[in-house]
Amino acid sequence: MIRVVDYGVGNIQAFLNLFDRLGLKAERASEARDLIDATHLILPGVGHFDYAMRSFNKSGLRAPLEKLVLTQNKPLLGVCVGMQMLAHSSDEGLLPGLGWIPGSVHSFDGKSESESLPLPHMGWNDLKINTPSIVFPTTDIEPPQFYFLHSYYFSATNRSDVIATTNYGLDFDAVVRHKNVFGMQCHPEKSHRWGEQFLRAFTEL
Amino acid sequence: MGFTDPKYVGDPINAVRIFNEKEADELMVLDIDATVDGSEPDFKLIAKLAAECRMPLCYGGGISHVEQVQRLVNIGVEKVAISSAAIARPTLVTEIADAVGRQSVAVVLDVRKRVGLLSTKYEICTHNAKKAYKGDFFSLIQELQQAGAGEIVINSVDRDGMMKGYDLELAAQVRSVAEVPITFLGGAGSLEDLSDLFSTVGIVGGAAGSLFVFKGKYRAVLISYPTRIQKNMVLNRMIELLNK
Repeated sequence: MIRVVDYGVGNIQAFLNLFDRLGLKAERASEARDLIDATHLILPGVGHFDYAMRSFNKSGLRAPLEKLVLTQNKPLLGVCVGMQMLAHSSDEGLLPGLGWIPGSVHSFDGKSESESLPLPHMGWNDLKINTPSIVFPTTDIEPPQFYFLHSYYFSATNRSDVIATTNYGLDFDAVVRHKNVFGMQCHPEKSHRWGEQFLRAFTEL
Repeated sequence: MGFTDPKYVGDPINAVRIFNEKEADELMVLDIDATVDGSEPDFKLIAKLAAECRMPLCYGGGISHVEQVQRLVNIGVEKVAISSAAIARPTLVTEIADAVGRQSVAVVLDVRKRVGLLSTKYEICTHNAKKAYKGDFFSLIQELQQAGAGEIVINSVDRDGMMKGYDLELAAQVRSVAEVPITFLGGAGSLEDLSDLFSTVGIVGGAAGSLFVFKGKYRAVLISYPTRIQKNMVLNRMIELLNK
């Protein structure tokens, strides 16, 4: 079944609500034994990078999750700060990230090419699909719209890991994939049919 | 209207379902009696609303300490809105921002126009416009931004329910001191009012209540929401106005 990793940070319930509506079986995983039956994993996250990393490192879930994801190749999706945790490092904090997707996390502050845009980047924005994949099968005429709420962005080391980008003053990597590990900066659990389609496709991997 | 004469417009959970179908951008639920009555947020009802809601949900009303916010986030709310409690104690904003991130803290300011003999100025009021805040409006916005507010919602009390357009003068003044995203509420009666707002003050949020709930001059209850095409029309009209 789908397991949403509960390490005390992030909106677990919103994911469970959405999977329930989709008729897919999902539960939270608060301790190692909850992960035994996991087929797909969601790693949510909100707030400060170091706070999220520290909570995750202390949760007792990191070691079993590493085994599932890195050895058994179960698909994992990191969302928002959960995506940023997949990088090697973040400008927001001092703690190292998980490094499951080669990349680093940077601040929007002062990087915009045009006028200074309000931060956080908050609201709906389009995804520009780089290459069609299982999660976004076509480069649609109508770009998928997703809800964003963040001040830092993921920058993937390998451009081939980038599924989609979004523009907010600059183009940043909104959806990335490295082997069986996926990261999404925006919130599929709050993005109407676009989020539902994406999560359904992820669970069909 | 003007926070008086409440009108029953239907069951909140059913309303959320309709806004799901209409693919609304974001939903803000304000319990306008909770603070005045001194009661806690209705966690049971909010959990039900969050379970239905397929878009970002912001809840406000009766929030006075950080533990309530953690509980709200745990039941599926993305953002909280605070007003009276933040004005009385801006460090509450900092405490909430530290706990759940500043992106999840919106501060709602109810603003009223005061027409004086020599000048017209804006003042902030609390407790459903029954109490006035003594300090300066713009200093408070700056203080709240520094305290960690991730968003500021400016609610024009005078325009509430009037459906005759946003207070553009107020919007321009607030925009000039704002560093975080700002959303304006109060007065929208048509989609043209939204393009007027965006062309006057640039990138801001436009919120509306009556516009999406009432239909016609007799204020019949019919929930509506602009489609993607209509939203693009709002933006196109904004660009036309900017090029004039």
